[in-house]
Amino acid sequence: MFHIYCPYCEELREEEEFHPKGQAHIARPEEPDTCSDEEWGDYLFFRDNPRGIHHEMWLHAVGCRKFFNITRNTVSYEILETYKMGEQPTITAEHLAREEKNAREEKTNNAQVAEGGQQTVGASDAAVASVKGAQA
Amino acid sequence: MSNSVHVYDARTDHATVTAESPLAYSFQRSGMPAPGDASGEESRAVIGERAFLGHLILRGGAIVLDEALREVLGIGLPGRPNSLTVDADGQRSVQWLSPDEWLLIVPGDETFGLETRLRAHLGGAHVAIVDVSAGQTLIELSGEAAHEVLMKSTVYDVDPHTFTVGKGVTTLFAKTSVILRRPDASRWELIVRRSFADYVYRWLLDAGEEYGIGVARESRHEPQ
Ligand SMILES: [Zn+2]
Repeated sequence: MFHIYCPYCEELREEEEFHPKGQAHIARPEEPDTCSDEEWGDYLFFRDNPRGIHHEMWLHAVGCRKFFNITRNTVSYEILETYKMGEQPTITAEHLAREEKNAREEKTNNAQVAEGGQQTVGASDAAVASVKGAQA
Repeated sequence: MSNSVHVYDARTDHATVTAESPLAYSFQRSGMPAPGDASGEESRAVIGERAFLGHLILRGGAIVLDEALREVLGIGLPGRPNSLTVDADGQRSVQWLSPDEWLLIVPGDETFGLETRLRAHLGGAHVAIVDVSAGQTLIELSGEAAHEVLMKSTVYDVDPHTFTVGKGVTTLFAKTSVILRRPDASRWELIVRRSFADYVYRWLLDAGEEYGIGVARESRHEPQ
């Protein structure tokens, strides 16, 4: 069971009170009369099914009965954030990929420092482990 | 446009029709154990229906509704989520239901006059007022074990220290939905749909059995 933070009720509520309502941020074609069948078909029927970060609409069905958005990890089921309708997510797949890349680079840098026999402040756990490994 | 809204007094006080509360049938069919009756001991939980109150749903912008309500009723809208405002003599209340929706409860015979005055004050403002009095009823729950009865019935945290006076939420209760609120330290209020009232009543009798639950008759306010 999850505790889900409703951005309208401003508190954590039991999962039972909510209903998932599918992918969020689907934009309706601005000119339905002139858009192609493919565009219209994509809008109506085709949804993403990502492994990892996904943005979904949820409904606080037994509560304030408002729709809101959830950023969720489809692998771990972890809910990373909830935000109101009309707002944009602060956590996205691109954002996480960028952070991961930064962390990787930092690790490489730290490892180089560690090889010089010095441990820098703020060294990552991996870097610390590699220092210990070198000492053993 | 408020002048295009058809408003009428839905109460039957002046008619020759007898009004029955949503729980009238349940009282007959499932009984009304009197408080303190069961084993000669005091009931640790007591319920009672407060039927025939006026329930109005207000929808619209908080600022315009708040101003109208202060003018007409003398109490303001609760601005915070999940909160409840009760007037000085405890007869009238407004509860936050969602960012643009509030539940106003007043004595039954005030409903129509209040709705009319609110509409007059709001003029052409973009709001909706719906009289839902006939669709739901209010059950009061008191006694030292009141919160224990609730803990058996809802997933919401009803610890009296966290669910403080002036709080009110819509949540799950025994698989149905309920508006649960705490107008003062001595009692809880459950607002249930009319069609679920019998179910909730029987659930409460069952859940409260171990606390010698009793049903208070005096809290029933029949229309004259
Ligand atoms: Zn909510």
